[in-house]
Amino acid sequence: MTAVVTKAGAAVLSTEDLNAYYGAHKAVGDVSIGFDRKAVTALIGPSGCGKTTLLRCLNRIHEVGFDARVQGRVLLEGQDIYAGDIDPMAIRRRVGMVFQRPNPFPTLSILDNALVCAAKGLSRNEKMACAEKALRSAALWNEVKDKLRSSPLRLSGGQQQRLCIARAVAAEPEVLLMDEPTASLDPIATAVIEELIASLAEDFTIVAVTNNMQQAARVSDRTAFMLADETGVGKLIEIDDTAKLFTKPSDSRTEDYITGRFG
Amino acid sequence: MSVKYQRLGFRRAYGAFGTMLALFCAALAAAALLAILGYVVVQGIGAINWAFLTQLPHPVGVPGGGVGNGILGTIIVIGIATLMAVPVGLLTGIYLALFGRGAIPEALRFLSDVLSGVPSIAIGLFAYAVLVAPLKHFSAFSASFAFMMLMLPLLVRTSEQAIRSVPQTVREGALALGMSNFRATVFIVLPTARPAIITALLLAIARVTGETAPLLFTAFGSQFWEKNPNNPMAVLALQVFNYAISPYPNWQAQAWAGALLLVVAVLILSLGARLMLRNAMRGLDS
Amino acid sequence: MSTDTGFRRVARFVSPADRGFAAVVYGGSILFALLIVALFVELVIGAWPSIVAFGPSFIWKSSWDPITSKFGALPMIYGTVVTSFIGIALAAFVGIMAAVFLSDFAPRWLATPLSFLIELLAAVPSVVYGLWGLFVLSPFVRTTIGPALQHVLGWTPLFSGPIYGVGLLTAGIILALMIVPTVTAISRDVIAAIPRDLREASMALGATKWETATRVVLPAARVGIFGACILALGRALGETIAVTMVIGNRPQISASLFAPSYTLASVIANEFTEATTSIYISALIELGLILFVVSIVVNALARVMIWSVRGSR
Repeated sequence: MTAVVTKAGAAVLSTEDLNAYYGAHKAVGDVSIGFDRKAVTALIGPSGCGKTTLLRCLNRIHEVGFDARVQGRVLLEGQDIYAGDIDPMAIRRRVGMVFQRPNPFPTLSILDNALVCAAKGLSRNEKMACAEKALRSAALWNEVKDKLRSSPLRLSGGQQQRLCIARAVAAEPEVLLMDEPTASLDPIATAVIEELIASLAEDFTIVAVTNNMQQAARVSDRTAFMLADETGVGKLIEIDDTAKLFTKPSDSRTEDYITGRFG
Repeated sequence: MSVKYQRLGFRRAYGAFGTMLALFCAALAAAALLAILGYVVVQGIGAINWAFLTQLPHPVGVPGGGVGNGILGTIIVIGIATLMAVPVGLLTGIYLALFGRGAIPEALRFLSDVLSGVPSIAIGLFAYAVLVAPLKHFSAFSASFAFMMLMLPLLVRTSEQAIRSVPQTVREGALALGMSNFRATVFIVLPTARPAIITALLLAIARVTGETAPLLFTAFGSQFWEKNPNNPMAVLALQVFNYAISPYPNWQAQAWAGALLLVVAVLILSLGARLMLRNAMRGLDS
Repeated sequence: MSTDTGFRRVARFVSPADRGFAAVVYGGSILFALLIVALFVELVIGAWPSIVAFGPSFIWKSSWDPITSKFGALPMIYGTVVTSFIGIALAAFVGIMAAVFLSDFAPRWLATPLSFLIELLAAVPSVVYGLWGLFVLSPFVRTTIGPALQHVLGWTPLFSGPIYGVGLLTAGIILALMIVPTVTAISRDVIAAIPRDLREASMALGATKWETATRVVLPAARVGIFGACILALGRALGETIAVTMVIGNRPQISASLFAPSYTLASVIANEFTEATTSIYISALIELGLILFVVSIVVNALARVMIWSVRGSR
């Protein structure tokens, strides 16, 4: 069963019959989904439904793990990112990722973290400008501008996560993937990042996995619901505009999840 | 169960005796160490002075003299060995960490285990066969080669562990930004693993600092200052050995002093490594 | 139409920088493997003339005569076996007892420093052990331990004969000291890995702490402990310098533990630089090859045992 594909032409990133495996275990089965340009799409579903695995297939990080395998197509601006001659590194620069737990590089300073993906051969001033732009778009510049050379481990969890967002944004990707970005943060830091997502959506297409339905409702334009079937394979059940999905879902399983009958 | 069967009093006494015995054994081992160290300090400290540390050995019968050339030789031999062992060991560790499971990585780990169990004298014979016999002369370089073999298993195993212990999200974070495996490993993962790798290196150096057996027919020893690794060279551990088995009291006293130097060096390196590791662990938990 | 990335068991190396990096990493690993293979090959090549000349009888001939070029390894094998046996017997008892104490009986404030001191024994260089053995232990054996043992057990061939101070017994004691940290550290790990439930079940049945330790925990850990002992034995077999300094270096087989003797490793250390003929050198290398093979077998055996109890290394 294929889910409803997005409005024609609006999808910058989409999958076709995507399957993802860990060894012999299929985690994601026959998922065809589209993500609209410059919109925020949330992926929700109970634990084990495959939403994180699906996300990790979108920037070819899933295959980095041992015994990990992907079947199917993922189209970025119409081009299959899994085609044989495609360099995964190039894809990852176009599709950035923010992880569940903040992971700033511990041996680099805050400034160097932000500049990791900056273009090569920039002058010192250009580098500072680039870093400032990235840190501003992550709403972090004012908090760190006096300690750019210090270790990122001194920052709070929320600040570290914003640093990771700045770092990802500095690469100027087309799509930004977020894997439960506020799962390890306190409510205030969470609120800051949710505001950030709204402003980031003006420049980037965002796909965010979240376990928090209220967050999905607050933050996203469209929401996709996934569920593992009896054999443990994650399937896409439904995708729709957020308002519609949360008030009048088409599938009864979606409704059960949203109303808290399980999960 | 009848009270008579329980014999609690007897069993308790037996247990107390057993515990005392076990305590005695642990104390015995610890006391042996203190006894050995104590002896080395007491016997050796008297002969340690600036002359001892900086002079050449005197001929037999002439009092005084020192192990200056041995200290220099130790530094040179271990230095060259480190330069050779670190690249090979680190690269193999990187390979094992990145390629994990599979027949070839397991074979490499097996070979590393094999090497770690080979007696150092057999490794000395290997160095002799490869670098001394064909070239027809002893050399410090052949000693470095033997030391490199001794250091390799430690370096391989611990650099693999150190790289593996870098959290997965750090490596994935680097790859997710579009970095090549090369950049991710060399500029992000390895620097994060650096404290553990340096600790491993210190421990490997501590291991070879006291090694004597391979030196017998590789470096061979010398009475003179020597900086050319292509020539035979004095090494402190070898000097201690030669002095110890000699019949001259002057040399025997110097053997104790040299032994004290060796023990101090090994202790500083081992404890330093442990401290580094503890600090590094603390750093990661911040 | 659709792509299948296939099973990927390895990290992916695609870009040019990655290909260069991959080449360097592969190169280093291949070099590592080659070095170890070369070690074995060179020992075989060096020993070959001796292997050809003496054949398998090398192992049971007991003459070691450089002058007539007749070489037999039996005295060395005997010395190695006896000293290692004494070493492991002493070290196993002391080490296992110490391990039991440290893991199950000692309070934390005592266990930590004691374990640290015992581990430090492993860091002491071999030549320092030899020095201490030569100047402290040997005289002590000659003046105190030896006569005492001879007084009590002199009727056995083991403790008869003149007491020189250097000899099989002294070498055995030094070996015991050198390998006790190995036995203690690994046994302690193995014992600590035995689940608490086992101990609690035993105590709940009314056993004393000591009974629990000796009749429940130790048997449960016996495979791992045995492995630790085998590993320590492997170290003892190859120990060279300390043994050379206290064993007396005489190629003879004697029943008395007080007699001087030779081990495989110490004969190489003692005679290699003096070896004049090529068959002499080759015989010594053959001894090294025997040592190499024995150490591999013993170590592999030990690791299999320890691995089976401790889980993955």
